[in-house]
This record gives sequence, structure tokens and C-alpha cells, in this order.
Amino acid sequence: MFETSLTLNDLMFMLKGAGVTLLITAFAVVGGTVMGLAFGVIRTQIKPWMAIPLTFLLDVFRSVPLLIQLILANAFQAIAGLGLSPFVTSCIVLSLYTSAYCTEIVRGAIEAVPMVTRRAARSLGMTWGQDMTQIVFPMALRVALPSWIGLTLGVMKDSALVMWLGIFELLKSSQTLITRLQEPMFILLVTGAIYFMLSFPIARLGGRLEKRWQEND
Amino acid sequence: MIEIENVHKSFGALQVLKGINLTVDKGEVVSVIGGSGSGKSTLLTCINGLEPIQQGRILVDGTEVHAKSTDLNKLRRKIGIVFQQFNAFPHLTVMENVTLAPRKVKGMSKRDAEEIAVKQLSHVGLGDKLKVYPSRLSGGQQQRMAIARALAMSPDYILFDEVTSALDPQLVGEVLDTLKLLADDGMTMICVTHEMHFAREVSDRVAFFNKGVMEEIGSPKQIFESPQNEETQKFLSNVR
Ligand SMILES: Nc1ncnc2c1ncn2[C@@H]1O[C@H](COP(=O)(O)OP(=O)(O)OP(=O)(O)O)[C@@H](O)[C@H]1O
Ligand SMILES: [Mg+2]
Repeated sequence: MFETSLTLNDLMFMLKGAGVTLLITAFAVVGGTVMGLAFGVIRTQIKPWMAIPLTFLLDVFRSVPLLIQLILANAFQAIAGLGLSPFVTSCIVLSLYTSAYCTEIVRGAIEAVPMVTRRAARSLGMTWGQDMTQIVFPMALRVALPSWIGLTLGVMKDSALVMWLGIFELLKSSQTLITRLQEPMFILLVTGAIYFMLSFPIARLGGRLEKRWQEND
Repeated sequence: MIEIENVHKSFGALQVLKGINLTVDKGEVVSVIGGSGSGKSTLLTCINGLEPIQQGRILVDGTEVHAKSTDLNKLRRKIGIVFQQFNAFPHLTVMENVTLAPRKVKGMSKRDAEEIAVKQLSHVGLGDKLKVYPSRLSGGQQQRMAIARALAMSPDYILFDEVTSALDPQLVGEVLDTLKLLADDGMTMICVTHEMHFAREVSDRVAFFNKGVMEEIGSPKQIFESPQNEETQKFLSNVR
């Protein structure tokens, strides 16, 4: 029979880490999505040359490894005397990182709405805003959702890197237990299962919505 | 009344309309015929201000479409347009497609808008498709829905851009019949069309476009039986 010295207390410790992971992910995804929406809409509205600075900035966030961004941002805020906690710093960096990907998703999805559909809306007397809210966003949402779910799940896993700023999220918590209990296989199995349980509802939600939309159009 | 005066339109270096003059009176049906790329669709999108113009002006009931002071969203309420390509709102049912603009643009109540939608959709023979999504409609049904959607705004003018060109031949008739009914009701219409029978039967006047120029305009009889312009003669002998 399988024996482990992992106690209920240890498990609670891990679940607390999972809570931190979930919280950081939620902040990053909400913040990143709001910014991504704004940047994505701006990108489709302005001329290509005017988008260059924004695109460049977002490209930086997408191409510099997240770990480097986290450590640099943390060092920078200390030097600048901003007095931000590692948690806040992590949320900001992850939000920007998420927004960089989200911008591309939003832009692509908006551009996937056929020109003639938008012209039809405008020629019925709808304003730009009405066209965006009634036609473009609902249609774009269907295009963007799979990539957005993928992004969210990715950010959840990437959020483990904030442990390097000393935050006890899920992975860091399990590492601590591994060091103490010397049962790496079992603890990693439990950790993986917890990550799965955090991700599963989000993945399922996406699948459900997609299926419902498919039945319609 | 729609007054088009010396309208020039280009896309970059490409001149698409080279000085178009055309006046369409209330209750008149004008058909526009002409070869591919002659600027027919472009003219329609200029009339409701979807496209800017470089020279000349277009007046709708005396309001200059491209004037800075013109409220285009308001002006467009009285100019319906049905495009060449299918343009249903795919995430909305047939009923919602038709009621959206009356509700959002005119601020109509849901009930009033639905009443109008039912009337217009029945008129084009889609009274039994209210709860269906556009993807379940045939091409002809989609075009008829687009017509009902435009009519639900009770426009004073309606512009048709080859509404049958994307349809299978057996579906063309049903859509043309809808247009004929409208013309009989006294609607003011500009119809870009490749259907010469339709142009001949329904229009008060027929205009022939060639490479951004309106070469000839006259009664159907005049255009189809004794065209004066050489290009018109060539075009008509090819489509017959
Ligand atoms: N948005 C655009 N940008 C650049 N060129 C355009 C645009 N729209 C139309 N054109 C060009 O303008 C010319 C006229 O196009 P238009 O669609 O008005 O022709 P048409 O008479 O409607 O032809 P068809 O019978 O094929 O529909 C074409 O050469 C077309 O390629
Ligand atoms: Mg055309």
C-alpha cells in the first residue's frame, strides 16, 4: 500500500498556494483583457504607421522572457522607491504580458468580421459604437474565445514564475513540501491535479459556449 | 430626390467615377447596368456616405451627403441599401436581424419593432423563419431577409446592388419578384443589375455605366431598342 507523510495541513498549505495562483491569474487575465480590448480596438482604428510604437511595446512584452520581466520590474520598482509588494508587481507585469497577447487576439478577431457586415450595420443608421457593441463584439467573441481560453490557461501556468519574487503560489508551495518531505513524485502529482482542477472549468466553459454558438450559426 | 452632381471618386490612383450626373425623382426606379468594375457599386456606397468622394456633390432631399455638418447616421435612416454580397448578422435570428436597427437606431420598443419585422418578413415570404439563424437560410432567403431588414427602417429610398448576382439561377426569380412588388408600391429605387429583363420591365429609366462614366441614360425602350452610344450597343449585344 502507498504511504505518504503528506498531512492534511500540508495539503491546506498547497491549496492556499493554489488560491494565490488563482488570484494572480485572475488579476492578470482581467487586467490584461481590459487593456488588450482597448489596445486591440485602437490598433484597428489607427493607421498602421501610428500603431508602430504600441506594437513595438507589446512585442517587447511578448518576446522578453516573463521571468526577466518580473525580476527587472521588481528591481526597478525598488530603485524607483515605489514600494510595491511583490504581489502587486507580479500582477502588473503579468497583466501587461497578458495584454500583449490579448491585443493580437482582439485585433485579429475584429478584423475577421467582414467589411460588408459592418457596412450593412452602418448603412442602417447605426453609429460606430452601436456597430461595435451590437455586431463586431458578438461576432469577434466567437472568433477570439478559443485563443483567449488558451491564453488564460497559459497565464495560469506562467504565473508560477512569480515564485522568484518570493511569492508562495502553488508551485512554490509544493517545492517547499518536496524539500521537507522528500516525496517529489507524489507531491508533483498532487500539484498537477490541482492545476488541472483550476484549469478544467475554464476549458469546459469555452467548450460549452462554442457548442452553443455552433448550434446557432 | 437624389441629386448626383459631377461626382468624382478614386481609390488611390484608380479613378472609379469620373464625373457622374444623375437625378432620381421620388417614386422613380432607375436601373444601372454596365460591365464589371465600371463603378456601379461604388456609386451606391457614395450615395449613403459609406465612401468619401473627391469632387462634386450628392444631395438627398436637399441635404449634402458629404458635407461635414451632415449627420450621416440620421441621413442613412432614409436610405436603405442591400449589398451584392450576403451581409446577414450571423449571431442574430432573422427576427433580431430585422428588429435591431429599428430598436437601436429609432429607439422603437421591442413589440413595435417585432410587429414591423413580422410584416416585412411576411411580405418577402419569410414569415415562417422568424426564429431561425441566417446560416440556415438559402442565399435567396438571406437576400430577402436583407431586403426586409432595410425596409423595416421605412426608408424613403432604397439602393439595390446586384442583389441576385450571388444566387443560383433558380433563386433569382423570388428575389426579383420582391423588388417588383416594391417598385409597384411606389418605392424610390436605384437598382444595379445584370438582369436585363428586370431592368426593362421594372425601371422608369436605365443608365449605362462604362469605366466610371455614365455613357447613356433613357427609358428602357430607348436603351434596349435604340441605344445611341457605341459602348452601350457593344455591351448590350454581348449580354444578349
Ligand atoms: N475599397 C476599394 N479599394 C480599392 N479599390 C476599390 C475598392 N472598391 C472598389 N474598388 C475598385 O473600383 C473599381 C470599381 O468597383 P465597383 O465595385 O464599383 O464596380 P462594379 O461596377 O460594381 O463592378 P461589378 O459589376 O463587378 O460589381 C474596381 O476596379 C474595383 O477594383
Ligand atoms: Mg458591384
